[in-house]
Amino acid sequence: MDTPPEFRGFHTRSVHAGARPDPNTGSRAFPIHQTTSYVFEDAESAAAYFNLQEYGNTYARIMNPTVAAFEERVANLEGAVGGVAFASGLAAQNAALFTLLQPGDHVIASSALYGGTVTQFKHVLRKMNVELDFVDADDIDQWQAAAKDNTKLFFGETIGNPSGCVMDIEALAEVAHAAGIPLMIDNTFATPYLCRPLEWGADIVVHSATKFMGGQGTSIGGVVVESGKFDWSNGRFDVIAEPSPAYHGLKFHETFGTFGYLMKLRAETLRDLGACMSPFNAFMLALGIETLPLRMRQHVSNAVAVAEHLQASPQVEAVHYAGLAGSRYEPLVAKYLPGGAGAVFCFDLPGGRAAGVKFIENLSLFSHLANVGDAKSLVIHPATTTHRQLNDDELAAAGIGPGTIRVSIGIEDAEDLIADLDHALTCIA
Amino acid sequence: MNDSLAQWQDPETIQRALHKQSIAVVGMSSNELRASNFVGYYLKRNGYQVTPVNPREDEIYGLKCYASLTDIPHKIDVVDVFRDPGAVPAIAEEAVAIGAGFLWLQFGVISPQGVEIAEAGNVECIVDQCIKIEHARYLGRMHWLGFNSEQISAQRSPR
Repeated sequence: MDTPPEFRGFHTRSVHAGARPDPNTGSRAFPIHQTTSYVFEDAESAAAYFNLQEYGNTYARIMNPTVAAFEERVANLEGAVGGVAFASGLAAQNAALFTLLQPGDHVIASSALYGGTVTQFKHVLRKMNVELDFVDADDIDQWQAAAKDNTKLFFGETIGNPSGCVMDIEALAEVAHAAGIPLMIDNTFATPYLCRPLEWGADIVVHSATKFMGGQGTSIGGVVVESGKFDWSNGRFDVIAEPSPAYHGLKFHETFGTFGYLMKLRAETLRDLGACMSPFNAFMLALGIETLPLRMRQHVSNAVAVAEHLQASPQVEAVHYAGLAGSRYEPLVAKYLPGGAGAVFCFDLPGGRAAGVKFIENLSLFSHLANVGDAKSLVIHPATTTHRQLNDDELAAAGIGPGTIRVSIGIEDAEDLIADLDHALTCIA
Repeated sequence: MNDSLAQWQDPETIQRALHKQSIAVVGMSSNELRASNFVGYYLKRNGYQVTPVNPREDEIYGLKCYASLTDIPHKIDVVDVFRDPGAVPAIAEEAVAIGAGFLWLQFGVISPQGVEIAEAGNVECIVDQCIKIEHARYLGRMHWLGFNSEQISAQRSPR
């Protein structure tokens, strides 16, 4: 047999993974399968699909070929065994948690997380009667000390939003695994182009694909990928290893091995919580990924240029970008993010809340909105928007002050972005 | 052996095994919730001639069960094993005796001694892999459920 060479390059995989030409029509772009359901070949096939004995399509809440192209593309780039897409990043995260948690369990999370995640964890987990401890992302000893018999998960972000802290993934994975606990990482800000947490020992990666993955601010979506390496039968995860009452007694880990967690995530959690990704959004997001590496290089080089310029400005108190020389995270950036520390960061204006508002009002190229990871540069004042639900202590724990401005640097020309920022700084002087 | 299994997970060898027709599933269970049952049923559905080997069963999915490989009257190309590793050397000896082309050891069925016996008898080995997953990767529909098939190709997918 003539076996073709293996194509391993990141750019190649960004363009091709998950989307071979359609077997029926030859369509080169992946078709948008805008359908709710699928006609079965025969009665036995229908039964085999519902029993998970054969890989088959049953109903588009649970699986769809266009969504699958997106899922496989992300899984491939992250080095995962597979992925399951959801309607949003928060839906993905909620489903990832729901699959492995039961009432009475305990979760340990970084205190430097996206505000939406903090709110989700605090309120949803409490309603599920799951205990939650936030610990200092930078202090591995705190994670180790907080672990208990009922701890089921460590959770952090590769690059904290918006504080910009960088997670020591390998060290945290070692502590988690020594205790039989999986490590889940939100890799939204880094994307698999800049960091692949599974290669450093993380077990599950979640994304808001809305951001750099899609890359052009068109579509909301999220995805969970898994390494397939965590031992869900280690005695701590009956919810995955033991016979499932929600799937006629199936033992997901024993039956599906490396695919066990993802099968349960799809066949039970996605089926029952119902937050599926639309085929059209999957098309937009998977198409966006084709240019992910090209965009990320421009995002990062612009971010470095803008951050260095702001740092040199007397009108800026501090710039919190891990990619700046002298950052306390420099060694972690060198290890985990050699291609750059992303393109989202904060800086502090001395004039507090009033200066922050006036600064934003005088920008004309940056878009004032609540998103990051668009090709267009974005700006927001966290204390009055994304992190409004947090009290002052929680704000401080997330590294945010009253005059903090968060920017998401786009792929325009750096000199134009700098000119816009300089103009707005002049207006508050 | 765990760290160096790659030589028994060669994609080209795996694809040659998948293009054979007759597969014996050693340790196939009649319990519809067991992995061996999932795999045997899947292979049958996908057109293979499947022969269950299990002394405690008479028939599974209408397929006659045999107590051992050497009891099977027809030719076996691939011996797919769902047994504990300690049972593998004896199965490998039988695989050699019946002239099977491949000994396929499922996830966790890792037996250096069994592999040595098989290879000495010119039976090629695939170790710590799932034949259902590999079929779905190269010939089937793994990609329909968002799994990473690792297939990068501008040729039409088989289905």
